[in-house]
Amino acid sequence: MEGQELPYVLVDCIGGRIGVYEDHVGFLKKRFHLITMKEYLENKTVLSKKIRAIYMWYHKPAIDEELLQSLPNLKVVASSGVGIDHLDLKLLSSYGVKVSNTPFIVSTDTADMGMALLLASSRRLVEGHEMAVSPDTEYFPADWLGVEVSGATLGIVGMGTIGYKVAERAKAFEMKILYHNRNQRKKEEESAVGAVYCKKIDDLLQQSDFVLLAVNLTPQTHKLIGKRELELMKPTATLINISRGLIVDQDALVEALQNKVIKAAALDVTYPEPLPRDHPLLKLKNVIITPHIGSATKTTRWVMMEEMAESIEAGLAGLPVPREVLP
Amino acid sequence: VGKKVQAIYLWWHKPVIDKELLQSLPNLKVIANSGVGMDHLDLKLVASFGVKMANAPRAVSSTTADTGMALLLASARRLVEVHNISISPSMEYCEADILGVKLAGATLGIIGMGSIGYKIALRAKAFEMKILYHNRTRRKVQDEQAVDATYCRRIDSLLQQADFVMLVVSLTPQTHKLIGKKELELMKPTATLINISRGAVVDQEALVAALQTGVIRAAALDVTSPEPLPRDHPLLKLKNVIITPHLGIKTDKATYMITEEAVENILAALSGLPLPSEVLPS
Repeated sequence: MEGQELPYVLVDCIGGRIGVYEDHVGFLKKRFHLITMKEYLENKTVLSKKIRAIYMWYHKPAIDEELLQSLPNLKVVASSGVGIDHLDLKLLSSYGVKVSNTPFIVSTDTADMGMALLLASSRRLVEGHEMAVSPDTEYFPADWLGVEVSGATLGIVGMGTIGYKVAERAKAFEMKILYHNRNQRKKEEESAVGAVYCKKIDDLLQQSDFVLLAVNLTPQTHKLIGKRELELMKPTATLINISRGLIVDQDALVEALQNKVIKAAALDVTYPEPLPRDHPLLKLKNVIITPHIGSATKTTRWVMMEEMAESIEAGLAGLPVPREVLP
Repeated sequence: VGKKVQAIYLWWHKPVIDKELLQSLPNLKVIANSGVGMDHLDLKLVASFGVKMANAPRAVSSTTADTGMALLLASARRLVEVHNISISPSMEYCEADILGVKLAGATLGIIGMGSIGYKIALRAKAFEMKILYHNRTRRKVQDEQAVDATYCRRIDSLLQQADFVMLVVSLTPQTHKLIGKKELELMKPTATLINISRGAVVDQEALVAALQTGVIRAAALDVTSPEPLPRDHPLLKLKNVIITPHLGIKTDKATYMITEEAVENILAALSGLPLPSEVLPS
């Protein structure tokens, strides 16, 4: 608005590995006065009262009580993606700060990522590419085989929006679909994808050729998949994780993979991210790892940015916040 | 021994069937091929010796369609590139530089809508993609509607609209170098070419040039000419290319089913019965 300064919004940084994208800055700067953490720390006395919103891209900047106390006019935190396990919602609420995420736009890309990992793992795509381009390759061995996807059994742990989109995709591959969820889905939803509910996760684990994790990280799902669960899985089964690294007991997973308790794993998420460079998961031949790119397509990231900007603007105008997350 | 051989089971295009071999096997009745492609066989020559031929079409379609989708997804999400980043010692990258392509709402152009092409359409529909297809003949309306596929009588029309172009044709004199410089230039500069047919369907030199100069965005090739490529071939070095070692039907289940189909054909031929999947020289 004319004569009014643009609202001051705190970001972690611009550019670099996981900073705000340079391509997005133009759009954001038309609406906000962006302050990086570096700038904020250099000029706290002036900026702390001006900052009214935080644009949290890839879980940064981290928000703790200290930061909240020093930003008395903070009204909104817009977080990218759907997961909110990195936020202390009660704490934020106690400071009168509203929180928003971008829950639906990420769904198809994240489901696609789950399927990409499933197919790449089963058909040994990464290994195959290495063979195809290796200077040492003289011929392709005829007995070099992968595992069939069509007709295999997929067990989806967590049948929310993303889990259901995975089921829709897997159905087209003629896969048998089992799912485990806090609540059973409606009959019509189950029939549409041919999914069978497993009240006990054990049943799903014992029958699945592929186990795909699509749950939120909560105290209940923390280390949901540990030694016991891995041992219930078939020795020919593959674990795919597109949720959060902490859903899996990572040490137990390493052991299970090394001892052939399960066949393979494909992980878009680990704990931490990235893993330390000497971590055993990086060296295992039967593991594919991707750098948390579930929703990382050009189109989706642009929409996420627009949605976050919209949520901030609404929050600062005192209007209902689109995609608000309640504690 | 030559007189005792009544059937040949071709595994991975071997043994090579030439006139000399056929002449040395007077009691040969049937050649059963593992897989569906028959372009490595001289069908007329084999038939001239009174030998029947069979392929294994039933076993391959789902598995090959899966290969196509695996390549499409791996290319769209830059899977090989990002996996290598994840395990690299330095892990220096900019997320903005490794963004992938959203499939929902993107257009897949399928060239060759036989049973494999159709299974690809079924899969791609579940990813909420728009589907165009080009085929010698148009499919039935019900088939089109079931996968929401739009027929492109002219291949140019498909090439101009598609974000992903998938080649699923047999190799014949008509499809040899079907995709050349002209076709690549018709494609969008943001498009990806996926080949699960035969290397010879693509003019490989034209493809290299197109990839090097940004005429198209990327390629994912399960097949090349030859296989494997010479180790100094430019395709091996391009960052925007995924090459896989003819994954095709190479799964435990599919290879078993192929063997079953081949055995069925062989036993039928030796009993003088009709072959379940005979291939005649056209």
